[in-house]
Amino acid sequence: MGNVIVICQKEMKSYFSSPVAYLLMTMFAVIFGFFFWNVVGYFVFMGMQQQMGGRSFPMNLNEQVIRPLLSNVSVIGLFLIPLITMRLFAEEKRSGTIELLLTSPISDVQILLGKWLAAILMYGAMLLVAGLNFVFLFAYGQPDWRPMLVAFLGLMLQAAGLLAIGTFISTLTKNQIIAGATTFGVCLLLWIMEWVSGYETATWAKVLAYLSIVSHFESFAKGVLDSKDIIFYLSVIFFGLFLTARSLESLRWRA
Amino acid sequence: MIKVDGLSKRYARTVAVDNISFEVQKGQIVGFLGPNGAGKTTTMRVLTCFMPATSGTASVAGFDVQEHPMEVKRRIGYLPETPPLYPDMEVREYLHFVGQLKGIPKADLARRVAEVSERCSVADVSSKLIAKLSKGYKQRVGLAQAIIHNPDVLILDEPTSGLDPKQRVETLELIKSLKGDHTIILSTHVLSEIEATCQDVIIISKGKVVATDTMDNLTHRLKGSEAVAVEVEGRNGLELATADVQRKLEQVSGVSRVINKVEGARLRFEVESLQGRVVRAEVARAVVESGWNLTELAPVSVSLEEVFLQLTESKK
Repeated sequence: MGNVIVICQKEMKSYFSSPVAYLLMTMFAVIFGFFFWNVVGYFVFMGMQQQMGGRSFPMNLNEQVIRPLLSNVSVIGLFLIPLITMRLFAEEKRSGTIELLLTSPISDVQILLGKWLAAILMYGAMLLVAGLNFVFLFAYGQPDWRPMLVAFLGLMLQAAGLLAIGTFISTLTKNQIIAGATTFGVCLLLWIMEWVSGYETATWAKVLAYLSIVSHFESFAKGVLDSKDIIFYLSVIFFGLFLTARSLESLRWRA
Repeated sequence: MIKVDGLSKRYARTVAVDNISFEVQKGQIVGFLGPNGAGKTTTMRVLTCFMPATSGTASVAGFDVQEHPMEVKRRIGYLPETPPLYPDMEVREYLHFVGQLKGIPKADLARRVAEVSERCSVADVSSKLIAKLSKGYKQRVGLAQAIIHNPDVLILDEPTSGLDPKQRVETLELIKSLKGDHTIILSTHVLSEIEATCQDVIIISKGKVVATDTMDNLTHRLKGSEAVAVEVEGRNGLELATADVQRKLEQVSGVSRVINKVEGARLRFEVESLQGRVVRAEVARAVVESGWNLTELAPVSVSLEEVFLQLTESKK
């Protein structure tokens, strides 16, 4: 465990001593801020219209603001995750520092866990910055914090899975751009795969839709902890990390 | 301390290391000599547990690299050909990180970092970014990294490549000063470096060990014969036939071989002597007595390629 933390610390320092972390957080904050402003604006507009019309439907912050907002975040994440993972191993391979790591008394699994953990923390830091917007909802309304927490948990689980896949892809190349572009492609594919279920009900379509990573977030967005979706995300995480470990091992054979 | 037995490493299409065996005793500095692509780096990578061998065994301090990689890694300090540095770290931060990686207890860490910084003379740049350091400093940080956990065995892959002459000398001095505490394997393709630092030499070529010998024996073998460059011209602008000159030089007693190095109008030859013979004076006399001008007579330093030729030929 100590070694995992050592690697994780090093990666965090590397994110935060370069512009990468700040760039990611700023980008995410701006995009999220825009979505937030839009959704809240629409919510307020609907509320005013209802008052003027004299009818009153139940207005709910959780259902009408938080849920669509966090569903958007789960998609925006797909675009930012490649930027987090692309350098993890590609950079070490390019600069030769991978030789230091692989000849130190530390196991491959400890190395990859440390790096993956750092990637998750980096994503968490992004979410935290975005989450500051929600302070306003609590200041001016009374949203329920429990479903929100579940949604954030879902976001982290989904990201952890994609980050594991991104970490794996980063071990395959020396070139950050290639690692980033491939991860981006895979993330995108894992999102749009679900669309076939809109018109097709055959088994293959169901399988594709099941494998689609974003569709499993829906239950979390509603504030429901569904074990089926939790297990799905945990399997993706395990699968990604397993491939990373295998890839690191094969790196030694090929080198 | 290090024992390599029948080690081979094959890549998809090529054989990098072909059935090599050698042993290194405790406290020695051993030079690993060979041209680029001879298999030096591959052998070192097997010893450091970076990659597994295809066949054969290697052990460090009694631990097999395949069976007990963790034990081996704890006892080895390794400086790859390009020092494994993180440009966005400060020197102190970097050494601290490597110390943690190598499992130095927290209580000793700061002391060890200070010690190796002092030893490798990088203390004055310890709060500088590695990216801003000169090549010589980077190499020394690389060395500091390799010795931070006080390993029994140090494996240095071309530690002087890309350095200027002054940095080269300093780095070699530093390595020499580490001698007593560590068993050192040092690879290079520069003969003079081995001469200056090592007691024993392992010469490797095309994946095979060509010779293992002590430095003394090797230099003796090399210095047994002499090579001189000779340049000749005809008196008063007289044209000379290359073949005539060559024949004349070959007839000088003690000469084993005359290599034709004629460039345009300049009649240059390289004359090699037989083992244990000094031929410079006689070559000069032969030229002058033939009525030619001797415009150059200089000893030729023996290049690595010739060492190889000599060693492989003497082996047959």
